[in-house]
Amino acid sequence: MNIIGKREPRVDALGKVTGAAKFADDYNMPHQLYAAVKYAEFPHAEIVSVDTAKAAALSGVQAVLTAKDVPGSNRFGLGGDIRILADDRTRYLGDVVAVVAAESRALAAQAIDLIEVTYKELPAVFHPEEALKEDAPKIHEQGNEIVHHKLRRGNVEQGFAEADFILEHRFTTQAIEHSYIEPEAALAYPDEQDGFVVIGSLQNFYTSHKAIAAALDLPLSKVQIIQSTMGGSFGGKDESATMLAARAALLAQKTGRPVKMLNSREDSIRQSYKRHPYILYYKWGCRYDGSITAMELKAIADGGAYVSMSPFVTWRSVVQATGPYHCPNVKTDLYAAFTNNNFTGAMRGFGSPQVNFAIESMMDELAEQVGKSPLAVRLLNGFETGSVTATGQRLNHEVSLKHALLEAASASYYGKKWAENRLTKNKSNPIRKGIGISCAYRGVSLGAEGVDAASAVVYIQPDGSVNVSSGIIDMGQGAQTAMSQIVAEVLGINLNRLRFLQPDSGRVADSGPTVASRGTIMGGGAAKIAAENVRAVMEKTLREMTEQEQADFLFENEEIFLKKGNGKGKRVAGFDEVVARCYAKGRPLFASGVRHIAETNWDEETGQGDAYFTYVYGANVAEVEVDTETGRVDVTKFYSVHDVGRAINRSMVEGQIYGGVAMGMGYGIMEEFIQEEGQAKTLNFDEYYIPTALDVPYMKAIILENPDAKGPFGAKSIGEPALEMAAPAIANAIFNATGKRILNLPANLEEVLLGKKLRRKTPRASVSCKIGPL
Amino acid sequence: MPNKKKPSSLSRRQFIKGVSTGVAGTIATTKLARALPIEKLEKAAPPEGHLPLELKVNGKPYQLYVEPQTTLVEVLRNELQLTGTKVSCNHGECGACTVLLDGKAVYSCHILALDAQGKSVTTIEGLLNGEELHPIQKAFIKKDGYQCGFCTPGQIMSTQALLLKNPNPTKEEILDGLSGNLCRCGAYPKIIESVEEAAKVK
Repeated sequence: MNIIGKREPRVDALGKVTGAAKFADDYNMPHQLYAAVKYAEFPHAEIVSVDTAKAAALSGVQAVLTAKDVPGSNRFGLGGDIRILADDRTRYLGDVVAVVAAESRALAAQAIDLIEVTYKELPAVFHPEEALKEDAPKIHEQGNEIVHHKLRRGNVEQGFAEADFILEHRFTTQAIEHSYIEPEAALAYPDEQDGFVVIGSLQNFYTSHKAIAAALDLPLSKVQIIQSTMGGSFGGKDESATMLAARAALLAQKTGRPVKMLNSREDSIRQSYKRHPYILYYKWGCRYDGSITAMELKAIADGGAYVSMSPFVTWRSVVQATGPYHCPNVKTDLYAAFTNNNFTGAMRGFGSPQVNFAIESMMDELAEQVGKSPLAVRLLNGFETGSVTATGQRLNHEVSLKHALLEAASASYYGKKWAENRLTKNKSNPIRKGIGISCAYRGVSLGAEGVDAASAVVYIQPDGSVNVSSGIIDMGQGAQTAMSQIVAEVLGINLNRLRFLQPDSGRVADSGPTVASRGTIMGGGAAKIAAENVRAVMEKTLREMTEQEQADFLFENEEIFLKKGNGKGKRVAGFDEVVARCYAKGRPLFASGVRHIAETNWDEETGQGDAYFTYVYGANVAEVEVDTETGRVDVTKFYSVHDVGRAINRSMVEGQIYGGVAMGMGYGIMEEFIQEEGQAKTLNFDEYYIPTALDVPYMKAIILENPDAKGPFGAKSIGEPALEMAAPAIANAIFNATGKRILNLPANLEEVLLGKKLRRKTPRASVSCKIGPL
Repeated sequence: MPNKKKPSSLSRRQFIKGVSTGVAGTIATTKLARALPIEKLEKAAPPEGHLPLELKVNGKPYQLYVEPQTTLVEVLRNELQLTGTKVSCNHGECGACTVLLDGKAVYSCHILALDAQGKSVTTIEGLLNGEELHPIQKAFIKKDGYQCGFCTPGQIMSTQALLLKNPNPTKEEILDGLSGNLCRCGAYPKIIESVEEAAKVK
């Protein structure tokens, strides 16, 4: 390998350190208008009438739109139920009833206050279990059950009968705000003909493209989406960002002028979807030897006001709900329910952080009950190559779960510290040390959720410089750099020949969403195929140059050699020379590549099938210090081991691991998006705490590489695995330190000290005073 | 034709060439008149409710009229088109808008423009020295001290403030100096390494 695995600087590095990188709000145009939104005033109400006359009459206001002004489809999303502008009802307080475009932000905000909406208030429901009761207020016509996924394997009654004892717990997890540092923004403007351009911070711009074109009632070809540099997303800039961009586009269409729409932090948190809070009921039948005879699992996810990604998020949960552990008898039921809370959707982890918290806490409990170490019970029950999952899928690739567990344990001296901490539990020092372990497996990419294909294009310019683009977008994870390294490896050239072009809706074919840790395996796979396709054209020319029809070539260090067996033969030419020859022969070096994998299947009734085409494995160890007088948890050290298949760029893999641990630590001990009666109480970073440089522990990233046949150069995934098992490692460390089992996330002061959450009754500053425009 | 130089030797010249064509057409301003030097504005009466403001930004003096409630970041981004400084929380919490005011790091969203009267402001754009990247910028590239890059201008400006005050900070002092800048990508370990690298090079 020339360049695969190297710590290459990012291809987009310079813009990011000089301030030249253009994020969505950095684009402005002459004659631009500014937009503002009118929010729902009740979490659940019928909209009787909207009076926009006074707002429209205000000097400087160019347009006021309500749902009836949308020329095309006002609804989008997986369930077709997310309203760009609330039409029949408001279903959560982030719904938007009207939008205004005006000459300035201040004017737009002033106009919003002049809009009068008459509502008929409806009874609301804020708890998913209550929402599923028969007499609950119906939020949508079809009832409040969004989805019910089942998994049936073996016979759980028999499994429980065979058990020596039953282990049973109820866990809860909280809603999480993505907290991308760049709030959503978009600039929409009429193009030079009869279409529209939207520059936006959009994670899944192909999905946004379809929703926006449908809203404007225009064909896809007449709406161009330009992906601006993204200031983080973590699953969050899908429907929320689409709503904002669509509103801007509708106003641009109505006014014929460029319209900028920018969310303040408060707008962003009020409108956007969150990570699903879950209530999990776990019941395991166990044997004294530490094995598991049956698992009966039920979980209810709060889906909030709209369907969004709830069916897919809970589907991943149902596949992974039993963890990477053998169990012959499984019965799992996963529900998602509508409530009048913020809707919930994709967030880094996507249904796995919730179940992993439950599984890994149960596994620690099991160890405690049978008198073994948490590491030992995991090694006893964990998957190996050839194991069969709860969905009946045989794992034929290299299953490195136990390798990862042993690496994490040995790097952290887990066994020694675990035993020592237990012995010193009763000392008089209120600060107690603890160490905890967790592990997980994760299905790579979309799995049986849907069509899994991505595209890329490679264009070698006549001078030998190269443009690469792909429908997989870079939101900070380094996708551009990873794909550039893959192309450079295939073509045997230096990275500085490459220039990655930001994708837009007309440049690269629909590549699906940049989600599910599929960027490298799918987008990188497509980039590799595109590069190989363009190399094939060069090889044709090379065969003519060498007059050897059967020759194979080696592309290395900007030169091309004849292949001699598996080694390097005679030099044929420099890269530029071959490029020039190709163009001279009328063979432009432009190719696309499509990576499509369709090796998954699923039975909805039994939850059986090959859910994902491959899996990744990892293990985490956390060390904590718990102040038993205040409940404060300080995470001091963290060891994170992941089998990524192949690290395309080691530095960026480490970056993903550090970032995942930081975010997983936030999930574990600090973060909670709080709503009371549908009203968001944590609207900015003074109320919603995310980890700072001082909060994160010392982190050690350990990368394992077992190349996978499905990935480019064997690469699989890291984005979500990095996060999904961090919280239970911390919770298990708290148990090791204090003997208290954390059942509800986050393990904040209240939870650790009291075992429950306290709630404020008085409004906080940001909701008791009106929030002005930026 | 690209040469065989290592990617890390990319110069600013190469870089500027690359981005200028892509974005030049879309940058413009609606309020340019108010950002002009005051001599050119003198003939016109100040807009109602506006007050005169004089400040130095990246070494260049500016005189303009602002409304009293205008924040420093609004002047930088909206009036002077220095969009390298970012707004994220607009609440003095996250540090994305960090700039130097007379050499000290401040949250520019949390300070009124008029409070910068007569003072000297340095933004991320002011760190470049002609063709040369600032050593801190080089260190962030070398150590991969960012992911999405949105908080990066703020992180770099906080680093600059820290190193101006304390050229040889300990790890604890670095953590303390950067603790006012949130990074949701969680690039903290590599940000800290970048600061250490910058301190070493300086």
